[in-house]
Amino acid sequence: MVEWMTVISIWLVPVTIMMILIVAIIKKVPAYEVFVEGGKEGLKMSISLLPFLLGMLVAIAILRSSGALDAFISLLQPILSKVGIPAEIAPLAILRPISGTAALSVTTEIIKTYGPDSFLGRLASTMQGSTDTTLYILTVYFGAVGIKKMGNALKVGLIADFIGIIVSVIIVSWLFL
Amino acid sequence: MAIIGIIYAMFNGTMEQVNEALFEGASDAVTLVISLASVLVFWLGMMRVAEQAGILRGFAKLCRPVVRRLFPGIPDGHPAMGYILANFSANLFGLGNAATPMGIKAMEEMKKISKSDHASNSMITFLVINTSSLTLVPTTVIAIRMEYSSAAPTEIVASTILATFITSVSAITIDRIMQKSRQN
Repeated sequence: MVEWMTVISIWLVPVTIMMILIVAIIKKVPAYEVFVEGGKEGLKMSISLLPFLLGMLVAIAILRSSGALDAFISLLQPILSKVGIPAEIAPLAILRPISGTAALSVTTEIIKTYGPDSFLGRLASTMQGSTDTTLYILTVYFGAVGIKKMGNALKVGLIADFIGIIVSVIIVSWLFL
Repeated sequence: MAIIGIIYAMFNGTMEQVNEALFEGASDAVTLVISLASVLVFWLGMMRVAEQAGILRGFAKLCRPVVRRLFPGIPDGHPAMGYILANFSANLFGLGNAATPMGIKAMEEMKKISKSDHASNSMITFLVINTSSLTLVPTTVIAIRMEYSSAAPTEIVASTILATFITSVSAITIDRIMQKSRQN
């Protein structure tokens, strides 16, 4: 199952591109000109994204380097452990929605320290894979199209992340213990 | 966030680190945007070709029954649906860098429908599904597990899929409940 999923992942992009180009030829679309037009739009978009991303990344960097984030984590640790989240996992649980790279390094650290096949290793792996960096996704998608009022998006995203963490703990304990 | 960090640094004596991190964070953002630019230019170019060739519209029609339930705010056969589908399928196969451009296009199309700078219900639903992640095979995690010589690097695939599924479903449910309370 995993093997053929990997094969599909590798084949998917080249085959999709080929199909698009073949259909374009059949429909007599001037593929190269249209491609360049769309590409220009992509460039404009990434430039307009820069201020949003920069603002968010700098704010997170300040929060991390000042030690405020660590303080926040140690503050939450006892609360999280009451709902059954091991203290070692708490930093990952809090960082996952905020910063993708930070979460990945915490996951790597946990796997390295406790071993990939330990309960903590499996739990960290599952958590890392089953949720995404909520703050980054909201910044990029809302930033790119210039949405200023996010509505409940952040709230719903963070609640879902929290559920994801709890669910990961339950599933991993149930599958592997 | 920045204010909390700076005030904390005052008491914690970490001003120097904050100073450093400030500019590191800024240059990180530039690096990120440049790597994002490469995929954005490529995929938006490709998608424009697909759009002109009518592939996107066909794709949207094909998957209409499923998506219509999730996004009642999007009219039938609207290109937004095609992009949403493209984003979801790229996510499912773990092609994160292809998923982002499609997602941005989807947002753009949804903005054309709502015509305001407030997030519409469809946008929130779309993003919430994205943040709860749709990955079937978490390739990065498997790579890390292999590096630290796991006996079964892929054993977490089942637990990840299960966790992802439950999280996505609950995200959609919470979103629906919030939508109701927003309207009232």
